[in-house]
Order: sequence, then structure tokens, then C-alpha cells
Amino acid sequence: MSVKIALFITCLADVFSPRSGIAMTRVLRRLGHQVDFPTDQTCCGQPLLNNGFAKDAARAARAMCGVMEGYDAVVTASASCASMIREHYPRLAAEHPDILTEVAARRLVSHTFEFCEFMLGRGGVPAGCRWDGVAAVHRSCHGRALGLTDEAERVLGRVEGLRLVGLANSEQCCGFGGTFSVKYPDLSAPMASDKVSALRASGARWLVTGDTGCAMNIQGACRRAGLVIGVRSVPEIIAEGLGLLPREGGA
Amino acid sequence: MSAGHEILFPRLPYDMAPRVGRARGDISLQQFVHQATRSKDAGRRGAMQEAFGERADDLRRLAGEIKQHTLDHLDHYLGLWIERARAAGTTVHVAETAEEANEICLAIAKRAGCTTCVKSKSMVTEETGLLAKLAAAGIPTLETDLGEFIVQLDGDAPSHIVTPMIHKDRRSVARAFVRELSAAYTEDPRALTMIAREHMRTSFHRADLGVTGANFLLAESGGLVLCTNEGNADLTVACPRVHVAMVGIEKVIPSVRELPLFLKLLARSATAQPITVYTTVLTGGRREGEDGPEESHVILVDAGRTKLLREEARELLRCIRCGACLNACPVYRKAGGGHAYGAVYSGPIGAVLTPELRGLMNYPDLPHASSLCGACFEACPVAIDIPHHLLRLRSALVASGAPTLRERAVMRLWGWALRSPARYRVMARVAAWVLRRLADARDENGGLWFREAPGPAGGWTRDRDLPAPAERSFRELWAQEESR
Repeated sequence: MSVKIALFITCLADVFSPRSGIAMTRVLRRLGHQVDFPTDQTCCGQPLLNNGFAKDAARAARAMCGVMEGYDAVVTASASCASMIREHYPRLAAEHPDILTEVAARRLVSHTFEFCEFMLGRGGVPAGCRWDGVAAVHRSCHGRALGLTDEAERVLGRVEGLRLVGLANSEQCCGFGGTFSVKYPDLSAPMASDKVSALRASGARWLVTGDTGCAMNIQGACRRAGLVIGVRSVPEIIAEGLGLLPREGGA
Repeated sequence: MSAGHEILFPRLPYDMAPRVGRARGDISLQQFVHQATRSKDAGRRGAMQEAFGERADDLRRLAGEIKQHTLDHLDHYLGLWIERARAAGTTVHVAETAEEANEICLAIAKRAGCTTCVKSKSMVTEETGLLAKLAAAGIPTLETDLGEFIVQLDGDAPSHIVTPMIHKDRRSVARAFVRELSAAYTEDPRALTMIAREHMRTSFHRADLGVTGANFLLAESGGLVLCTNEGNADLTVACPRVHVAMVGIEKVIPSVRELPLFLKLLARSATAQPITVYTTVLTGGRREGEDGPEESHVILVDAGRTKLLREEARELLRCIRCGACLNACPVYRKAGGGHAYGAVYSGPIGAVLTPELRGLMNYPDLPHASSLCGACFEACPVAIDIPHHLLRLRSALVASGAPTLRERAVMRLWGWALRSPARYRVMARVAAWVLRRLADARDENGGLWFREAPGPAGGWTRDRDLPAPAERSFRELWAQEESR
């Protein structure tokens, strides 16, 4: 059944990993869905909330709720920003009812999905998807907050030629944490460095994550450590595997 | 006052960065803390999974609700406990402040003519600084928890709620025993334990004051519950003439019926054991014809806790001091353990409790020193949503004007920009354009990077490269994608 989808391209993804959004568009269209990018969307407000500007975050949330109205599903590759909506919008509505109504927040919460979650609920990867490579999935912390576990692995399990390897201590945060990574580099960088070691030991040539923040952090740490790792989101792998995007660059 | 005092009671406002920086450079410290927290965290998960499987989460929530209920009706349950404990023969004191708690303890000791003290592990006495007060009054105290004993010998401070010497290895213990106890050098853990045991036994027999904390108070019976793995709390209660328990007012639970749930969760969360080796319920003082101390005192300590009873913060008082959130936390791990937090309570729970108990403006760093990964919430056996409280305190910092002008300006600008799509588009475009021009490296695929980023991002690029924005944003690509 065709679904009317609004793409939620997060502020970081818009600027730092636009290709992932293009991949998502093409994969979802291939599955027969009607895909739109409401161009009035900006940012979910997470950086504001995380820095203590809750009222400004509530205003951003109100704008998001308005922009995303009228769709069957809101889909994003970022578990972190999906968790901002699903976990924090209702809370912001409770704390600032004058800015954000609970009804608006709940409505958006009810049909916002992380990409893999959405795919699994809609039949998964179509047949004939082939992508050769050895990859490790980074399970982002906010994915856990959404209740996600092995969704990405399950989606990618249908991709021929792809070998998935596990990452040691995969439950430990990569150390991004938004402004935390800049404010506390002495705490954040060693966390990223643990990911580099885990990746090195895993034998993976590719890291799979939909969270642009984690990707920037882990890839940046790998580059500095001299470890050549390509980063792809799940939609990118599927799009490349189906020939919807050229397979280019990387490791 | 020992050197350890300054570690837990630093000059305020506390600046976390220097200690974090030093810890980062201390390779062996990093290794000890890393190894210990990793294995404890894995052990906890295994033990919880093995015993409770899918139900683990339900049990955490149930335990959290029981504690929350007790806190919601704290006046009732605390009142009931006091009444029943007194009826059973315990002398109950109530101290509003840390100083008052110490004074009450000192007065008890003086009246009873006590001269030496043995003490089992108690975080509250760390909070009040009881040992220094007793020492100043001429009453020396011996720590009888093995970890605390070693920390005491070194004039150091505990760096973990449950494992106070998580920052030390057995070589440093061996050296301390040679230096302070004139023991022969050995690194064998069993031999080291026997040396400590010999030393402590004599003190247990000589001491006339025994100080403990308590893990739980049972309202219905007036009972007090002590959990240890070394049995030292039992000896601390049984040997000296006078027993004083210093207990935070949040330790009360309704009755012995709820106790098994908490014992199961506490032992597994703290040390991955099914139950602590020694679990003792003390109800009242010595009965006719039985052994035990001549005097049994409990000092109920508030020391800022009633301030936390306000609804938004109340859940923090659920904490049963198991240390699971410390073991699970990557920040605690990388900070080299608890000393980096500059307070008695460290790790995630410390990052929220300390600002609440000792003043937010005294500890402005702690709520921000977290990636908000949520590992603490997942580990907490009483389901305290620690990340939520970190955010709440960050908001409170903004409300009290803590952020710098620059930070405030950046956040306000961001908030202003993202409320208007047009403004946002322009700002994002300008920022991307500027950043791409400033980038100082290029990768094999033509991507731009910073090896040395300007301004506040400079911290990032000390150890990591930072990607620059892509050539065209998704927004720009969308126009042609839409019509494909």
C-alpha cells in the first residue's frame, strides 16, 4: 500500500550527508510510496534542548509539528532526531503547553519513524539488492532510546553480498553528544577512539549509521588515526544495491 | 584534614576540566577504571538477564514505583519508622544538616566515653565529613570496608560509590601495606586481604564506637538493613559498646515485604551477585540476655534531601547507591573515575545529585559533562531517568544566567533562525559556504575536512578530523530530485 511520506532531513544530514536523503527518497519511491520533502522544515530543536534552551526547543517543535502535518508517515534516517520527537516533544508540550499543544506533539509522535523501523514494517528491502562489502553497524544510543535493537541488521540481512561483522562494546556511546563533543573534547575524543579500536579489530571496511553526528565523529576519529573506513547509511546501501545511486568513493 | 578531603570538597565553583585532563594523561588509571567498569557493567547485565530475563525492565520500574510511593508519603513512612524503631529500643535522632549530624554523633560518643571508632562503608558519613570531626575530638576511626581501608591508608578519597578504590591496583595496595602497616611486600590478593583482616580484628575488639550507614529502613517494623560482602558492618555493630547508624532519610521502604525485590536488584546491579554475602536486619537495641551494643542510635540525616522532595527532583531520592550507572557510563570511565566529579557522589547520579545537594552554580560543569547516551537510565535498578534530570539542570543553568554571552547568542540565533524557513535556508547556506572555504584538507573522494578547526570546534580537532559541509545541501539537491 502506498504511503504518503514526509522526509525529515535533519539539520546535520541536510548539510553534511545530503546523499543519504537522496538515497532515502529513491528507495522509498521504488517501494511505491509517495515521497515529499516539506521544504519549510528546519531543525527538530534538539541542540536547543540539550543546551538548556527548552523554551526555544518547544518553539522549534511547534514549527516541526505544523510543517509535518498532512502526511501518513514522517521518516528520517536519524534515530537521534526521531527520538527527539518521540521522547521529548510530548515532554516539551507538558512543560510548555502555551507554546506546543499536546495534541500536536502526540500526532507527530504517532507517525514518526526511523528509516529501518519503517522499512521492516513495510516489507523490507526489495529483492535483487546487491552490495558487496564488509560492514559494521553502529547502534546509536538514541536508537536504543526508541526501543530499536537490531533493526538495521535485519534490514541489511536481505542485501546480497554484504557481510556484517559485530563491533566490540557496541553499546558504548561514540562520544558525539552534540555540543558535548566540543565542550568536553577530553571526554568525547577518547570515547570516539574506543570506536576506532573496535572498528579496527572488526575487520570492517564500512561503518553503517544513519546518525550524521555519530558518523562525523567516528569517521573523523578514524581519519586522524589513519584507519580507512567508509561511512554509509542504510538507505545509501540499499539505493546503491538497487542501482538507484552510483556506488562511489569510500573505502 | 587528609589530602583526600580536597578531592571530594574542592574549591567552589568546581571546574572539572583540570582533573579530566590529568586523568586522560594517566594511562594506568585509565586502564584500571576501564577494566573494572567494563567487567562490572557486563556482569550486571548478565546477572540481570540470567535471573529476570524479559522481566528485568518491569522489576526496575516496580522498584522505582515503590520508592517513589514511599517518597510521595515520606512523612508517613518516616514517622512510622521512627515510632516503631523507638518502640523496639533504638534511640532515634534527626539531623537537619551535615554539621548537626556530626554533632549528634560526637555528643553520643562523648557521653558514652568512647575513645576509638570502627566504621563500615557509608556514603552519608562521607557527605558530612564525620571522620575528620571525630578525629578532631580525639577519636580515631578505622575504616573496615577493605576498599575504604586502603583509601584511608593512602590519605586518598573514594572514587566510586560501591568500589571506592576502583582507581587503584593491587601494587599500590601492596606498597601502602608495607609503608603503613609494616607488612611484607606481596601482591597476592588473598595475602593482602589477610593482612588487612589481622589489622582490623584487633581494632574491632578495641573499639568502643561502631559507625555504620544503612541500605534500607523498614517502616513497618522499625528495622534497619545492612548489606556487605565482607561482614564488616556486622562486626562494627556487634563488637563496640555503642552503635551509631547515620542514614539518609530517603532510605526508607514500606516494609520487609518489599525488601527481597530491592536486595535482588541491589546485589545484581552493584556487583553482579544474586545477593550480598552478608545481609542483616537490625530491629531495635540489645534484648535481655543477648549480645550486642549497649547503645543503639540512628541519626536520620536530611542534609539537603527535603529540598529534593519537590516534585521535579523527587525521583532522584529513589537512588539505592548501587553504582550501576557509574559502571555503565562512558564519561565516568574516561574521566578516570569519581575524583573528576569533585564530590562525594560521582558518575551520572552524582552529576545530578551533587548540583542539587551542593548548589547548581557550584557545579555548573556536571550537568553538561554527558553525551546523554542514556546508558545510566538503562542500568538504574530504580529507573531514575538521569538524562532527563541532566537536561532539567541544563535548563536551570540557562535560567540562572550561567552560559557565556557567546553561547547564549549562538543558541538564540539558532532558535531564531530555525523558526523561519527562509532565515534558516540563508543561514545554513552562508555557514556551509564559509566552512567550505575554511576547510584545510581534502580526501581521496574530494570531500573537504578540517584538521585544525577554528574557534570553539578547535577542541574537536585536537584528536579528530572534522568534516566540512557537502558541496550541495539536500535542500539544494531536492529541487532536481523532486522532478526526477
